[in-house]
Amino acid sequence: MEDSASQVVIRVRDLIVGFDDRIVLDHLSLELRRGEVLGVVGASGGGKSVLLRTILGLLPKRAGKIEIMGMERDNTTLDQLRRLEQRWGILFQQGALFSSLTARQNIEFPMREYFHISDALRKEVAMTKLQMVGLSAGDADKFPAQLSGGMTKRVALARALALDPEIVFLDEPTSGLDPIAAGEFDALIQTLQKTLGLTVFMVTHDLDSLSTVCDRIAALADGKIAVAGPLATILACEHPWVKEYFQGKRGHKKLDPLH
Amino acid sequence: MPMRIGVVSAKLLLRSTAVDNGIEATAAGSWTVSQAQALEQLVDEMSVGVAKARALTIDMRDVTAFDTFGACLLDRLLAAHADGNVDGQRSASVIGLQERFSILLSEVQRANSKATLEAQFNGRLRKSFRYILSAVVDVAEDALALIAMFGAIGYALLRVLVRPGSVRLTSAVHHLDRVGWQAIPIITLITFLIGAIIAQQGIFHFRKFGADDYAVDLVGILVLREIGVLLVAIMVAGRSGSAYTAELGSMKMREEIDALCTMGLDPIEVLVLPRVIALVCGLPILTFIGSIAALYGGGLVAWLYGGMSPAVYVARLRDAVTVTHFEVGMIKAPFMALMIGVVACVEGFKVQGSAESLGLQTTASVVRSIFLVILLDGLFAMFFASIGM
Repeated sequence: MEDSASQVVIRVRDLIVGFDDRIVLDHLSLELRRGEVLGVVGASGGGKSVLLRTILGLLPKRAGKIEIMGMERDNTTLDQLRRLEQRWGILFQQGALFSSLTARQNIEFPMREYFHISDALRKEVAMTKLQMVGLSAGDADKFPAQLSGGMTKRVALARALALDPEIVFLDEPTSGLDPIAAGEFDALIQTLQKTLGLTVFMVTHDLDSLSTVCDRIAALADGKIAVAGPLATILACEHPWVKEYFQGKRGHKKLDPLH
Repeated sequence: MPMRIGVVSAKLLLRSTAVDNGIEATAAGSWTVSQAQALEQLVDEMSVGVAKARALTIDMRDVTAFDTFGACLLDRLLAAHADGNVDGQRSASVIGLQERFSILLSEVQRANSKATLEAQFNGRLRKSFRYILSAVVDVAEDALALIAMFGAIGYALLRVLVRPGSVRLTSAVHHLDRVGWQAIPIITLITFLIGAIIAQQGIFHFRKFGADDYAVDLVGILVLREIGVLLVAIMVAGRSGSAYTAELGSMKMREEIDALCTMGLDPIEVLVLPRVIALVCGLPILTFIGSIAALYGGGLVAWLYGGMSPAVYVARLRDAVTVTHFEVGMIKAPFMALMIGVVACVEGFKVQGSAESLGLQTTASVVRSIFLVILLDGLFAMFFASIGM
């Protein structure tokens, strides 16, 4: 028990987040364990991104506790928070690449800020990361405006991995990609997760990603985690929204062979 | 995995001993970014010796943490050894690396082997040459785009003239309101001030040799021939040209222009023509208003500062200025308007997907149209001088 507790890298307890008079997350509790890939699903506008942004500290919470790698958000000093931020990487939905920097400079940017390493090594590592996410050296000097949607996601992933983080947050990594590109991206995430020993927190709509990449799935409904666990647990869940999502027409087709 | 453990003194990170057939290296501690600086130095020092050694054995047993940076450096060491391997007699081995670390190493090696292959084609000379070439091509393309837009507008105008029913009058009037009517206050204010400043400077300097009456000639001729139209054109380029570029650019970004095309409508006819017509109609009117405001400002200064009564100022102005001066100024106005409109629309259509490019093109639109307006003014000056106007 003691061991499994130390393996929890993110623990969210009774989290309440709301805007004006609307409560988006209502007493939400969630755990992310070391080395796993957790997929968070939920209705559009149901608070998935709000949850992600609250964990990252981009949105204020009303109540509840967020504990990241043993540190409670409210009790951390700014200095601790800065160090914590070096240990995670985030892939934003639209990539959020800095448009005035080339792909390689985008990846080098966090390294330049945090690490004291030579220019040559930084460039070398940036190129390695670029190759690891499946881009060619010729793409290194392209600006974000010149990249296609799939390439933007790959560069953004490389930037998220720039500091060799322990946790990676992915906000709808496969949205806007065609099924083949999405499948490749899923495989990429899987490979990198194994290679770098990452813990992945993934917000997604993609049932394929959920079934192929994720170790555990958490379904967000009515501001709470309705159910969390491996795919089989989710499929057995009786919650109406979860049932509709996974057993509905679209879900059925994709997940049927697993039965 | 940047674990902050295994703090070993920098020297211990990588040690090497020469054995009879090569080098045996022993690595220890944390091969992560926190030690990267020291490690890189050690690796580079060792690379020199390694390049000559036949066999290389690296013992990674005591490495406690290993990340991409460590993997890259280890790969660099191995590459230095492999580079000297011309006779195929060399062998390198990494022993004792934990399994989870060796996955990372092989991944990095796979990635780097591709990188070096392709990077060779990116020489510095080639890059700078390509940069110059693309700059020249850009200038030529800009000129072509400008000419093409003139042609497209002319063609659209012809079509509209053939079918007068298809003229977008509402749109043209709307834009005339924006670029003409709404610009009147600011244009009047600026030209009024400039007229006053010219008069003050003229009176101040001409007074030294008792010719302060000639300040009226200065104000009249300068304002009607040059300053009035030039100032108004520059103001309009900054105010309305940039607005045109931003509007068309954001429409291009949101694929609205493509939507128009697929509906069988010509964006030049629907979007560009009304804007350019509004500008060509509006700028002469603004020039007229601006010129009068400048003369008024000059007269006010002549009265208050130079002590010249308004009646004398008007009489003096009547002597100094002929209708020709007025004509010279007014003839230029529509041409400058056309130039501003065309440049603004060309730049607007050049906007690509990103918001950054919208900003870039808007800036480019203002800079280019002001430059071209001044160039045009110079050409007109030569033209009028040669025909004696």
